[in-house]
Amino acid sequence: MRYVATVKVMPKKTVLDPQGSAVKGALLDLGYGGVKDVRIGKNIRVEMEAPSKSAARALVEEMARKILSNPVIEEFEFAVIPMDSSGEGAGGIAP
Amino acid sequence: MNTSRDRDVRNGRAQKRGQVQDRVRDQGQGRGRGQEQGQSRPSWWELGLTEAEYREIVEILGREPNWTELGMFSVMWSEHCSYKHSRPYLKLFPTQGSRILIGPGENAGVIRLDERWAVVMKCESHNHPVAVEPYQGAATGVGGIVRDILAMGARPVAILDSLRFGPPDDPRSRFLFQGVVSGIAGYGNCIGVPTVGGEVYFDEAYASNPLCNVMCVGLVEIDRIARARASEVGSPVFLVGASTGRDGIHGATFASQELGEDSEASRPNVQVGDPFMEKLAIETCLELVERGYVIGIQDMGAAGITSSCAETAARAGTGIEIDLDKVPLRESGMTPYEIMLSESQERMLVIGKSGRENEIAEVCRRWGIGCALIGRVTDDGMLTVKRGEIIEARVPAKALAEQVPVVLSRESRPSYIDEEWSRDPVSLLGAKPGPSLLAELASAGKTRSGKARCEPEGEPGEPEKEPEEEKDLPRFSRDLLKCLSSPTIADKAWVYSQYDHMVQNNTAVLPGAGDAAVLRVKGTGKAIALTMDGNGRYAYLDPEMGGAIAVAEAARNVVSTGAEPVAITNCLNFPNPEKGETMWQFSRVVRGMALACEILGTPVTGGNVSFYNETLGKPVYPTPVVGMLGIIHDVKQRLSSGFVREGDIVALIGPLDGRGASLGGSEYLKVKTGLVTGKPPQIDLDVEKRVQRTCLRAAQSGLLHSAHDCSEGGLAVTLAECCMLGRPGSRGAEISLRSPKSAPERPVKEEDADEPWFVESLLFGEAQSRIVVTLHPDDMPALSEIGRTEGAPVTAIGRVTADGLWVNIDGFTVIMVSTAKMEEAWRGRFDDKAMSRKPGQGPYSD
Amino acid sequence: MKFGIVVFPGSNCDQDCYYAIRDILGCDVDYIWHTVTDLRGFDCIILPGGFSYGDYLRTGAIARFSPVMKAVKDFADGGGLVLGICNGFQILLEAGFLPGAMLRNKGLRFLCKYVHLRVENNKNPFTCLFEEHEVIRMPIAHFDGNYYADSRTIEALEARGGVVFRYSDEKGGIAPETNPNGSVGNIAAVINEAGNVLGMMPHPERCVEELLGGEDGRRLFESIVSWFSGRRGVGS
Repeated sequence: MRYVATVKVMPKKTVLDPQGSAVKGALLDLGYGGVKDVRIGKNIRVEMEAPSKSAARALVEEMARKILSNPVIEEFEFAVIPMDSSGEGAGGIAP
Repeated sequence: MNTSRDRDVRNGRAQKRGQVQDRVRDQGQGRGRGQEQGQSRPSWWELGLTEAEYREIVEILGREPNWTELGMFSVMWSEHCSYKHSRPYLKLFPTQGSRILIGPGENAGVIRLDERWAVVMKCESHNHPVAVEPYQGAATGVGGIVRDILAMGARPVAILDSLRFGPPDDPRSRFLFQGVVSGIAGYGNCIGVPTVGGEVYFDEAYASNPLCNVMCVGLVEIDRIARARASEVGSPVFLVGASTGRDGIHGATFASQELGEDSEASRPNVQVGDPFMEKLAIETCLELVERGYVIGIQDMGAAGITSSCAETAARAGTGIEIDLDKVPLRESGMTPYEIMLSESQERMLVIGKSGRENEIAEVCRRWGIGCALIGRVTDDGMLTVKRGEIIEARVPAKALAEQVPVVLSRESRPSYIDEEWSRDPVSLLGAKPGPSLLAELASAGKTRSGKARCEPEGEPGEPEKEPEEEKDLPRFSRDLLKCLSSPTIADKAWVYSQYDHMVQNNTAVLPGAGDAAVLRVKGTGKAIALTMDGNGRYAYLDPEMGGAIAVAEAARNVVSTGAEPVAITNCLNFPNPEKGETMWQFSRVVRGMALACEILGTPVTGGNVSFYNETLGKPVYPTPVVGMLGIIHDVKQRLSSGFVREGDIVALIGPLDGRGASLGGSEYLKVKTGLVTGKPPQIDLDVEKRVQRTCLRAAQSGLLHSAHDCSEGGLAVTLAECCMLGRPGSRGAEISLRSPKSAPERPVKEEDADEPWFVESLLFGEAQSRIVVTLHPDDMPALSEIGRTEGAPVTAIGRVTADGLWVNIDGFTVIMVSTAKMEEAWRGRFDDKAMSRKPGQGPYSD
Repeated sequence: MKFGIVVFPGSNCDQDCYYAIRDILGCDVDYIWHTVTDLRGFDCIILPGGFSYGDYLRTGAIARFSPVMKAVKDFADGGGLVLGICNGFQILLEAGFLPGAMLRNKGLRFLCKYVHLRVENNKNPFTCLFEEHEVIRMPIAHFDGNYYADSRTIEALEARGGVVFRYSDEKGGIAPETNPNGSVGNIAAVINEAGNVLGMMPHPERCVEELLGGEDGRRLFESIVSWFSGRRGVGS
């Protein structure tokens, strides 16, 4: 069975995010006075074969922990959905 | 010019080819896509070809081309690939020399360094891609030129870049500037080739059409030089590197048009670079060459597979047959047309040795890089493109690569020339003749505070007592600070600190420290000096002078590091060549360059022409950029710009020119009046050569401690830079200039002796052929002697001090400013603080 | 003694390290391909600078999974000397040899320039020829050299003398203005508890001769050689 996993990697709240700060500054400069915080992370899409959804979830969790994120500075969340016939997952991270 | 005999031969060939015509797949010959879609435009028009060119293609093939073939011709015959407008002019360039191993026509020029080593160099423009997507445009520009060097079997050892933008306070120009710099950094740093030099100019003329010229230099052992030739029939043809996608299709055609309002929408034409893949390609190709598995290599730049196959086959007089089913594709459903025209980056065409197929594949596998055997070299002179058994295209390789009909251009003298020349910089500046101005200053100084601001010669200004309020500074000190903070002159550390300029452990004069980058060549005791130079303002105001000065200044920069100038490469950036005015500028720039190359003994080893640099009818200045190579025979004799020892004599090699004429087209004029006008400085190439020989001989005899040429901002800015770049404890100078009439040396020519002179011109004029050097006082007679034998004026003008620049003319102080104050202006223009400010809000914004 | 320089796909300071060790120091040195798993015969392993695997995911994140890294771990556990320079330091952090992680430089741009460093710890194989608190000059060249670890980790690191170099001014002053990249505590180099694994952002291989603008890097390599010959002299 084919699945699409979406892994969202974000800098930890406790870690300074220089890119986020720079973009926040720019947004404030442009007049978006309501902006309170900006953080920039990565969104990684993985297409994979797995025997079941739970197996897929376990694999993705491992990938995210071992390679896709660095626990010292980053945290991650992910979602796994079966791939539809058009080659697209429904997309997005389930809350 | 086609003689009738040529035509007969071609007709004969065409007829023979007619026999195979039925085997080439019909993709809609003669109709093109446009007509299939019910539009009335013919296919050749759609692809940017002219009707005459289309007829020529039909004649060559002896039949109508199909869509793929037409696409192949359209890119190969675009200005970008074929130089159809510029070819006849480029023949003016001298290309021979005792050190030249390979001149124009290959991927890069090759110059002999010693018995064993050769230097490979080339530069190329990436102006159009940068205008649309600065980061990727610049990154892929670096990637492309590096692969050109690699194609010669050379290891790339240095990158330089010459950049032009609109004023940095204009938000769009700032965006382009930052994007281009980070693109060059992002790519060059990753592949481990140091970016060691270059230049950045800012001028309104480049606001909508920035220029990005990148030069790469490599080193190769002479017996390992690779040629881009498919010379042995039956040899395997490999595609090494990245897979092929739809990116960049018609990039070459894009580069051969003016940018319009919808250029943003042409983003799909801009390729994305993968420097990691490039790094692997570099190591793979060098290993293939070293192991002797390779007959020829060619970069896949503009027009991708089409140009690389056509050019390698045409150079060797052979043909190539490839199978598109063997080409690794990144996207599904790609047509033959798309595969042949794709400009996907990081791909090399490798013509291997027969019988080495497995070894070649193994080297690629070990480096983890793609490698596909896509075809073989044939003996029929044809580029045959198959997909399985079906022939998709079949075209004579030479026709694609070499038979583009040359466009004979119309030249017309632009009307602006007379207008600009009629403007007198002296009156625009409101400059008063030197003697009366000095008298005025003297009386003002006395009346002001009792403490003479214009002390007589011999009482050095005390830097500590120096007033820190700018309004209290002498007038020309303020002018100097203004020049130092002008974007074009200001320190570019913000730029070059983003480039890894030290990797490979060869950089012996770091960026910013000398007039040219100096790289030692390990194991030889020698070094090479590299620079890129070109002043578009001069070329705009006087194309022939501008062309000559571009070469002369590049040579002078190299000489100022103690190197002997040996060869150039170049990028010629011009507006639309279909306009007579452009070609008038072009022909004169080329003539000026050719003459300077001839006289200075620096042949042209290759280069690149970029036309159509105009957006919405707004042309750039004609901008010749010269990449110069110099050789330092003993690396220990290299020189940098900054003062090194307090008490050294500061001497000027070359004329001390105070004529108003040297202010035309100057940075000072621009800073003071906002105008780029007048007749620019003229150059006497004979004097130039004498000045350079004097400096070089003095450097080679070990007389000199530092050298810095006079360019934008004139003598005053040169001296200021020597102070700021000086070693601790030697960061100042006391300079005493004699006005032209009082100077015993009579630096101006006799017949001009009665011409009025101006303080502005002595300080900020951009008279050519001048180098400021420092040396031990005991060595001054030896330097004067060299000057005498070479026939160049040499004048001691002052001494190196601990701090502060103090300049007087005939005993009257005209500049007195601390080095810290100068640095604030010079370094502050592009420091982190200034660059993080919103455009237009800087303290220096005009 | 014999040095080994690991070559990852994308390493670009491997040849500079090789040059510094063989041509300047005159020591025995060999390249080690990233797939090698046997490090017998080497006394000091160098993970050189560069952009391993393009550094596209995170700096050093992929290289740490190369087969050679398992061998380097065993080598280090057995007391072998490991020096990670720039990207090599980033790989050591990702692989957990050393505590902490790298963030983007505070200025959000690549920085290549000579900086001053203050030697904080000279009681280890890598800096034993430097004086304590000596100020030296070395080039940096990185985009991700903003060293970060949580405060507890930093405290522990500082307490055991794990900081080997700090970014300083020419007189040894440590201040935010002398910090080129935003590193916590101006930290430029970190050593492990056992004292045999050093990670540093500055490039010692780039300042091994006067021609390149300085020779302080050579002294770092000479420290390793001197420490090694001393140990062999005393130990065996």
